[in-house]
Amino acid sequence: MGMPVQVDAFLEQTAQRLPEKVALIAGDARLTYREIETQSARLAATLRARGVCRGDRVAIFLDNCAEAVVAVFGVLKADAVFVMIHPTTKPDKLLFLLNDCRVAALITYARLDTQAVQTQAPSLRQTILVGATDAASERQIRWEEAVGPSSQETFFRRAAIDIDLATIIYTSGSTGFPKGVMMTHLNMVTAATSITQYLENVEDDILLNCLPLSFDYGLYQVLMTFKIGATLVLERSFTYPQLLLQQLDRERVTGFPLVPTMLAMLVKMPHFSSAHLPHLRYFTNTAAALPPAHIATLRERFPDARIYSMYGLTECKRVCYLPPDQIDLRPTSVGIAIPNTEAYVVNAAGERADVGEVGELVVRGAHVMRGYWERPEETARALRPAPLPGGTGERVLHTGDLFKTDDAGFLYFVGRRDDIIKTRGEKVSPREVEAALHRMPEVLEAAVFGVPDDLLGEAIRAVIVPVPGVSLTAQAVLRHCARHLEDFMIPKIVEFRTELPKTATGKIARREIARQEDGCQEATHHA
Amino acid sequence: MSEATRRTIRNFVVENFLYGDLTRPLSDDDSFLEKSIVDSTGILELVEFLERTWNLTVQDEEIVPNNFDSIARLAQYVGRKQNGDARAS
Repeated sequence: MGMPVQVDAFLEQTAQRLPEKVALIAGDARLTYREIETQSARLAATLRARGVCRGDRVAIFLDNCAEAVVAVFGVLKADAVFVMIHPTTKPDKLLFLLNDCRVAALITYARLDTQAVQTQAPSLRQTILVGATDAASERQIRWEEAVGPSSQETFFRRAAIDIDLATIIYTSGSTGFPKGVMMTHLNMVTAATSITQYLENVEDDILLNCLPLSFDYGLYQVLMTFKIGATLVLERSFTYPQLLLQQLDRERVTGFPLVPTMLAMLVKMPHFSSAHLPHLRYFTNTAAALPPAHIATLRERFPDARIYSMYGLTECKRVCYLPPDQIDLRPTSVGIAIPNTEAYVVNAAGERADVGEVGELVVRGAHVMRGYWERPEETARALRPAPLPGGTGERVLHTGDLFKTDDAGFLYFVGRRDDIIKTRGEKVSPREVEAALHRMPEVLEAAVFGVPDDLLGEAIRAVIVPVPGVSLTAQAVLRHCARHLEDFMIPKIVEFRTELPKTATGKIARREIARQEDGCQEATHHA
Repeated sequence: MSEATRRTIRNFVVENFLYGDLTRPLSDDDSFLEKSIVDSTGILELVEFLERTWNLTVQDEEIVPNNFDSIARLAQYVGRKQNGDARAS
């Protein structure tokens, strides 16, 4: 069989090879490759019959469930572009996303008020409803009907090629508005091929993912599983770690992707050890560095398991990984470029940095995004002409993250150049939270930043100046945030002041406030 | 399930997870998971709250949806713990 040129070929080829193998375990559902192939082909036919065309965007707004996985492949099989939306997204943000990339169809739960959404998202022509009892109309269809046998009657010819878009992944932008990272089939096939190579994934692998599929780390667990013909245990969330331990044991899971917040909770549980989980062969970590103490605990509890420290960003999926045999030697390194890609540090002069010299990390490879959806200026800042001798015309990815290398060429994360907060493994733009705060009439000024937190990595802290004369409580602020922001964006600490320091140009000096940890009147609410 | 226990739990949940928002309907039987009300750090806050308020020790294996996923289930769990039913699930 040839090298897949499209992401959905991962499913198609494995379904031909291993039709009866269980591909996906999600809640009570256990679906084989054949079943997912059949259902997603029917979904594609339904989408085409209902007017979705090649290149149209189709949003998937679901929890981690079997339908979400079928939907990903169904949209791709229709030659369309899928857009995963975080399940705790609130109505105004949902509308922003649907309108930003002009979504043609939406796959979501029947409990969502689709009437309101359809009125305010003019591009939206079709809604496919999961869990609906009665929804058939020209613009709405029940999921069961969309993947049911009668949908197969529509025939259409596939036309997509590997440089067509496969997905748009929204990520926090420094402007406060999320931006859509455009990934082609080639980008994703390249990344999934590289990752499964260095993780040494095999068909017998059983992966457990509890990260949202709107997060590329979660999404790729699906793609990697389907590429290698393994099995994916898809859990809705990390809410009950105890149940996850039972699932890891019951389903004999071999590979477990983590973020530091999860590991911080798991190391407190005595049953999280190779004695109780003998099948676990590897762990991966990304999103933020693991504290060395947690790496040591993991090594002690699972002496034979491989631990991969990794680093990446949505714009190219993954940049580098630390080969597991290096974890005791270089526990704070994120390693070397992933196979078939290049990553290097450039200094302020734009030249390759010396050993130990801090500079910006730059990435080359077929995994680098096409750009940000309809944001040419931000795209031009991230994708810049490569300063290679000879001028190849290639554009390389400037990550905005500061790195250095050691004398053996291993990479070390030093810090971010922007103010983006990393909490629970998610990126949060302080400006997006500030924009939400400013929509409260009682808020005169607001500044948001991250503060170190043992469990969350960084906790979101909001400092607010209320309008003089009004009374404002931390709880009222949090209530407002809970109506407008995804759960992970809600501040953990709210604090009030009578004024905020300003820069010479009159802007709020966020970094200076972040430095002033003490000596202020606090009304702190630990949410 | 004691009415006082149920009310104390409801107050805590509304205060800490809904930030006092009384316009968001939440019945005693509504699933926290279904309504995306509590995440893993919220569960830790609930454990700490139960242990502090009723002087209980919550075992790891008791932290499951059956005991934690609604106001009613939490109240029943507290009731069982107070009656000395260590299994409490």
